[in-house]
Amino acid sequence: MSTASQQTKPLLELKGLEKRFDLDKGFLETVKLRGGRLTRERRSVHAVNNVSLNVDRGEALCIVGESGCGKSTVARLVAGLLSPTGGEIHYDGDRIDDRSRAAMMPLRKKMQMIFQNPYASLNPRMTIQQALEEPVRHHNPQMNRGEVRDKVAEVMRSVGVDPSWSSRYPHEFSGGQRQRIAIARALTVDPEFIIADEPISALDVSIQAQVLNLMLEAKDERGLTYFFITHDLSVVEHFGTRVAVLYLGTLCELADTRTLFENPKHPYTKALLSAVPKLKDEGPSHIRLQGEIPTPINLPQGCPFQTRCAFANARCRESRPRPLLQTDGSTVACHAVEEGRLDG
Amino acid sequence: MSSLSTNQPTPSRFSRLWNSNMGYSFRRNPVAIVSLAIFLIIAIASTLAPVLAPFDPYDPAQIDIMNSEYPPMWVDGADPQFFLGTDDQGRDLWSTILYGTRLSLLIGLCAVALQAFLGISIGLVAGYVGGRIDSLLMRLADIQLSFSTLMVAIIFLAVTQAMFGSETFNQYAIYFLIAVIGVAEWPQYARTVRATVLAEKKKEYIDSARVLGFGPIRIMVRHILPNSLSPIFVISTVQVANAIISEASLSFLGLGMPPSQPSLGSLISSGFDYIFSGSWWITAIPGVVLVVLVLVINLLGDWMRDVLNPKLYKG
Amino acid sequence: MSLLSVRDLTVKFAMRDNTVTALNQISFDLAKGERLGIVGESGAGKSITGFSLMNLLSRPGYIDSGQILFGGQDITQLSEAEMRKIRGNRMAMIFQDPMVTLNPVLTIGQQMVETLRAHRSLSKAEAEQIAILKLREVYIPSPEERLNQYPHELSGGMRQRIIIAMALLLDPELIIADEPTTALDVTIQADIMELLLELCQSNKVGLILITHDLGVVSQMTERTLVMYAGRLIEAGPTREIINDPQHPYTQGLINALPQQTLPGQRLKQIPGNMPSLTAIPTGCPFSPRCEYAVDHCRKILPEIVRYGQVEVACHEVSRLQNTNFEEASA
Repeated sequence: MSTASQQTKPLLELKGLEKRFDLDKGFLETVKLRGGRLTRERRSVHAVNNVSLNVDRGEALCIVGESGCGKSTVARLVAGLLSPTGGEIHYDGDRIDDRSRAAMMPLRKKMQMIFQNPYASLNPRMTIQQALEEPVRHHNPQMNRGEVRDKVAEVMRSVGVDPSWSSRYPHEFSGGQRQRIAIARALTVDPEFIIADEPISALDVSIQAQVLNLMLEAKDERGLTYFFITHDLSVVEHFGTRVAVLYLGTLCELADTRTLFENPKHPYTKALLSAVPKLKDEGPSHIRLQGEIPTPINLPQGCPFQTRCAFANARCRESRPRPLLQTDGSTVACHAVEEGRLDG
Repeated sequence: MSSLSTNQPTPSRFSRLWNSNMGYSFRRNPVAIVSLAIFLIIAIASTLAPVLAPFDPYDPAQIDIMNSEYPPMWVDGADPQFFLGTDDQGRDLWSTILYGTRLSLLIGLCAVALQAFLGISIGLVAGYVGGRIDSLLMRLADIQLSFSTLMVAIIFLAVTQAMFGSETFNQYAIYFLIAVIGVAEWPQYARTVRATVLAEKKKEYIDSARVLGFGPIRIMVRHILPNSLSPIFVISTVQVANAIISEASLSFLGLGMPPSQPSLGSLISSGFDYIFSGSWWITAIPGVVLVVLVLVINLLGDWMRDVLNPKLYKG
Repeated sequence: MSLLSVRDLTVKFAMRDNTVTALNQISFDLAKGERLGIVGESGAGKSITGFSLMNLLSRPGYIDSGQILFGGQDITQLSEAEMRKIRGNRMAMIFQDPMVTLNPVLTIGQQMVETLRAHRSLSKAEAEQIAILKLREVYIPSPEERLNQYPHELSGGMRQRIIIAMALLLDPELIIADEPTTALDVTIQADIMELLLELCQSNKVGLILITHDLGVVSQMTERTLVMYAGRLIEAGPTREIINDPQHPYTQGLINALPQQTLPGQRLKQIPGNMPSLTAIPTGCPFSPRCEYAVDHCRKILPEIVRYGQVEVACHEVSRLQNTNFEEASA
């Protein structure tokens, strides 16, 4: 992996990405009564904080984390659905986060997104045929009716959707079938990069396997690169080539999948891995974390994980750890790992 | 959910509607069936007024002042020629009501179409674009709503009547009425549509459309609007009823349709002067028609609201 | 004697034009203090089983036939007033979404005291003491302060702990937990599950855990029921079912998990979808998706029969055993 990334430019590059959502929007909302005095203060949610990572061509980078860790926000930033508060996003060497909608158009054919909830990601008033034809027409105005139909039929067949269903509406399908249709819709424009935001977490176990297989097939056949957001670590282990662990919008650890699962370094990654219910061993043996995830409003100084970390000391409470490259190629942001405090 | 393995032929649009939840609840609801039946009878009869009416109330040649104030058939002293009697000018009341209902419905529907056009466009833009434009448009709506429709209409119509003179005004009264009722009530639509747009905008299929690179107008018209139709339908029925009432009120006040081209409102108004001289039917019969018409539209609207259940529709 | 004994429970839903059978002849037993898992995908009828046990089915659903014997008493025959004495008192339920169970306009303390005093004659102060005790049992820090807080002031994990404390308030004999941690994060889920297990073991409370997650079932329960399309298709000791599943559906469910396949390889998927309850195929409901299905599977409904340590509803289970054995030895 590392040799490959030296030869070619990464497909996607996030540089110090930041996203804040203001909670107090209007002027009046920012005025508060504190200690008998009117003061102006603006609260904001720090959804993504200084995240830098690369996605190489042909890999499947998984972003894991718990709810509220900003993983979906990262996906939306990359897809251009939100614009970052700070930092840069580069795609294939070009900066894309400051582009207008028109300037993004050529990219829309290359970069597509699959959403979590197949019950909401298809327009309920459009038949499957209409939903699939629309992007083809929009991006290929030169195609005639027949060509559009052929293209749609080909994509439908490739995702295992019977083309004879095309005059039906989304509500006539089950969750798994809808997710197939949503994937088909993304594939109609022949993208090279797919952002998948929890694409299987709303589905049943037996259907999850079907959809994961479909995504793996599409990866092999079309040479896709995935940016895969999930909270399910067993899926990560199966699907991802590299994993980035997010906590409160901050990158904790970034490593090859095997390295991460065999030798997790960050205390949070360790806790996360131990919490996954295993099928065939006796009893729970997970690392108990103190407390719960704090709110991302006005984050504390220092390491975001300090409030729940068993290894936190004065340094962790004062300065925020920077992501540092480890000997086995992984990147970890933790003072304790840096100082070797965890090994003892 | 469905049995996809069996390859049924695609059902027609009508049978689809008939078998849908809406069709089912309609078949089960006698109030809705009767209301729709009455509404259709009134609508069809008034549309076919030129065919059904024995006289043309707009043609002065057919009016004989000597025929004035004949009571309806079932009252002593009636002329069998005039089924519902005649009004103060000797016009056949049955024909006049048919033509008047047609006018009332036409004004009501056109005014609502204008409201809907304005309200939906403004609501879509306000909801989808958001931010300053949203605030500006919604404050405009608030200002508009803080004047009652009738007040705006009375001022506007009184001023235009004074400006153009009675004759010109009477000639174009129908357009003025449509315009003023249409413009005065657009915020109803705009608010409802904006609320639905805000709810729909959060759904993933809109994000999906944005990722596919579709422009804002396409997303608004092709994706959001079709999914906002339920509340629009519901509000439309109520608004048609309201518009008919507004038109009738304005005409009753003498600011609407002239007596030579009476709508239901001006008919009621013209009969009002004779109500104490015993000619109650000139006011009462068109009044009953108006009440029944508005009532069935409202009942249909109520039923539709229950079926479509747009929780967002609350003014 | 078993604490709970369900016999041929059939639940139907009266739909517009017909009735739909949501649960079909379910029978199982639960010993005192036993922990039972009910596994299945959405639409399998596992949540409906939970609701039926609490006699909480609401229209259009109704219990068509069968018995639910709780402590020897058939609760399907009880009046609502009699049922209320059992519900919350001897039998408690934990739902997926804590916000559904907690009343948002009452404080935690008010809700706990109200529940206690509805079933026991206690003074307010006594009830509060018990509430504090129970909150401490579920490791809620500074329980005295929590009593005055409203549900929205607490985090998701904290709320689910409070739900568990409330379920335990009246020392029930049975807790039914319907996907208790699905709405929570992995790290919190692990904590809550550990807590629930500990409490059930130390208080000898029976547990019925309804979930789609085989990993959770494997860690929490002693016995497992597997449901498919409203029917029980496999039942037995959890270890047996996880390590050596007999029914092709159970096998498929376990094999479909990503852990069961090498990274990057194709997962062993079950083809097709669970049938909708309005269109359950004749014969074995799993037959259209089953790779071992033969003609009579599609015609005759298999009875649930004992096979080794488990009970299975499959015609071909013996043949299946042999083929598996051959594959293994080959």
